[in-house]
Amino acid sequence: MNNKQRKNLIRIIIAAALMIIFAFVEVTGAAKFFLYMIPYSVVGYDILLKAAKGIKNLRALDENFLMAVATLGAIALAIYSGSGDYTEAVAVMLFYQIGEWFQSYAIGRSRKNISALMDIRPDYANVENLGKLEQVDPDEVEVGTIIFVQPGEKIPIDGVVIEGNSTLNTSALTGESLPRNVTVGDEIISGCINLNGLLKIRTTKNFEESTASKILDLVENASSLKSRSENFITKFARIYTPIVVGGAVALAVIPSLVTGDFSTWIYRALIFLVISCPCALVISIPLTFFAGLGGASREGILIKGSNFLETLSKVKTVVMDKTGTLTKGIFEVDAVHPVELDTTQLLHLAAHVERYSTHPIAASLRKAYPNEADNCKVEDVEELAGLGIRAQVNGEIIHVGNEKLMEKIGAAWKPCTRVGTIVHVAINGKYAGHVIVADMLKPHSKKAIEKLFAAGVNRVVMLTGDIKKVAEKISADLGITDFRSGLLPAQKVEHLEKILAEKNSSAVAFVGDGINDAPVLARADIGIAMGALGADAAIEAADVVLMDDDPLKISKAIELAKKTISIVKENIYFAIGVKFLCLVLGAAGLANMWAAIFADVGVMVLAVLNAMRALSADF
Amino acid sequence: MKKTYKIDVDCANCANQMEIEANKTDGVKSAVVNFMTLKMSVEFEDGRDPKEVMTRVRENCKKVEDDCEIFLK
Repeated sequence: MNNKQRKNLIRIIIAAALMIIFAFVEVTGAAKFFLYMIPYSVVGYDILLKAAKGIKNLRALDENFLMAVATLGAIALAIYSGSGDYTEAVAVMLFYQIGEWFQSYAIGRSRKNISALMDIRPDYANVENLGKLEQVDPDEVEVGTIIFVQPGEKIPIDGVVIEGNSTLNTSALTGESLPRNVTVGDEIISGCINLNGLLKIRTTKNFEESTASKILDLVENASSLKSRSENFITKFARIYTPIVVGGAVALAVIPSLVTGDFSTWIYRALIFLVISCPCALVISIPLTFFAGLGGASREGILIKGSNFLETLSKVKTVVMDKTGTLTKGIFEVDAVHPVELDTTQLLHLAAHVERYSTHPIAASLRKAYPNEADNCKVEDVEELAGLGIRAQVNGEIIHVGNEKLMEKIGAAWKPCTRVGTIVHVAINGKYAGHVIVADMLKPHSKKAIEKLFAAGVNRVVMLTGDIKKVAEKISADLGITDFRSGLLPAQKVEHLEKILAEKNSSAVAFVGDGINDAPVLARADIGIAMGALGADAAIEAADVVLMDDDPLKISKAIELAKKTISIVKENIYFAIGVKFLCLVLGAAGLANMWAAIFADVGVMVLAVLNAMRALSADF
Repeated sequence: MKKTYKIDVDCANCANQMEIEANKTDGVKSAVVNFMTLKMSVEFEDGRDPKEVMTRVRENCKKVEDDCEIFLK
């Protein structure tokens, strides 16, 4: 509770207590009037002031004005009719304030919830100065500076670890709860929290270009693009309030002139005014979108505006890039098929020969055989361009390369049925087997595709620049029936255009990792960039940015969007429905002021509570 | 130039009203209010003094929503 909320709560309690006490006090006439004006002014003075200011600034028709007119009108009527019943006027003000207070409290709570999780803004960086650590503004740290991050501190600027080991909590950035281990040479991103060891980091970017700053910028600037529902509500409120106020005036004047019974019809008109307050709509709809965007960012899904939340909820076709999106985008050893030797021995030899090569395939072989740097002697390494590598390992001549190399040295190589890059190995000119290296699927890819269909997507298309054989295998593994292979980046755009032309009212999303596919991301109804930590072009071009590269997040984003939009719809129908019903009942004289204020505040409270559901990713 | 300011406002609609008013203010290229994080980020037109522009942004916002506040640091 902040100070304002505390103050308002005290006002509400005092006014309510006074009302209860006054119910037992026997007074009449002017004394009663003055007595009841105490709780009325305690609880409503700011509304009256705001209403007066609104008139002064020529923005009269807001909720403060409506409340002021309705309550003052009710008081005037009580004096005029001689009933002296001021309870209604005070109660209307009281309940209105209770509703406002509740709304503000609920939002405050959830705001705290979100900001705690999105709290990645680093306040300082530790820099060594004359042998002592000094805290400086991260803005002032230049690229290439050595900074120190102690356990429990946030990494302030992107950089490379030059000393120390530690584990990092990346959950604020990626939504991933598993800590990540880092050691010397690893690139680390700002916004993570250093959990245990002291890290010495050489910065590779300045503060403004660092991940944390960029993400904060994205989050803080989201929602500048308004959804159609929000625009609808803004327009609706602009038209609705004057219409209802006009209706109230008509209700006060016309039947009164006909029947001559002024107080009944003015009373009904006042009820009209109380009901006419559009608070439930104008508050809950933008709130739902804010909550939806906030809830998504908590899951590591950054959506650039509420209009994209709306589009995302309509996605029926998902077009995906392969490399880096469905697959890891790095080569890994898929299988080892030795002849005579055992698997480890074959890998061992292959890895040794590739010891000095920088080729991605060499890296994958070394990774598959982690003890590569053992005592074995590797000599006379010779790269044979377009063929492979020859080297002497422990005195034996080893050839590692493609089919052509095997042909050339006369080794009887065997073909393989697996899809991928086949690396053949020969010892002293005799065939020893082969290793299959391939770009592996991400562990969640298959489930991600299933989830997409479960989330209401009815078409998934894979576009790839890779060869047909690989595309066939990957799509068969994942259960994708629709794919195009061998596409150049420009052809991907062309193909997306075709898909866009085929859709009807639904939306087409494109998911890519931002490498080579920025134009496609921009062209789709909604562009989703994966693993954006690092790929600047993707952050620029995409509408939705997934902070880590887990493809399961795609369906999560769609589900969150759908949930948010359905809450928006529920609130619109519910609020307008109840208001309309009360307007009719009020005009017919079937609802009194109490019913009106309950309809107004009650609907708002329910709508706000409903809006808050968009914050959580659970369904 | 772009700057971010902390704001205080009670309802989501008021936040949107503030955004509309800020965007209308002379010297503001674009302004975005984030209700959830209570931040207003303002991009100023070239060569304008942020302090001077923000004073007017604050005035204009106060006109639509008396209860709001922009902290000009």
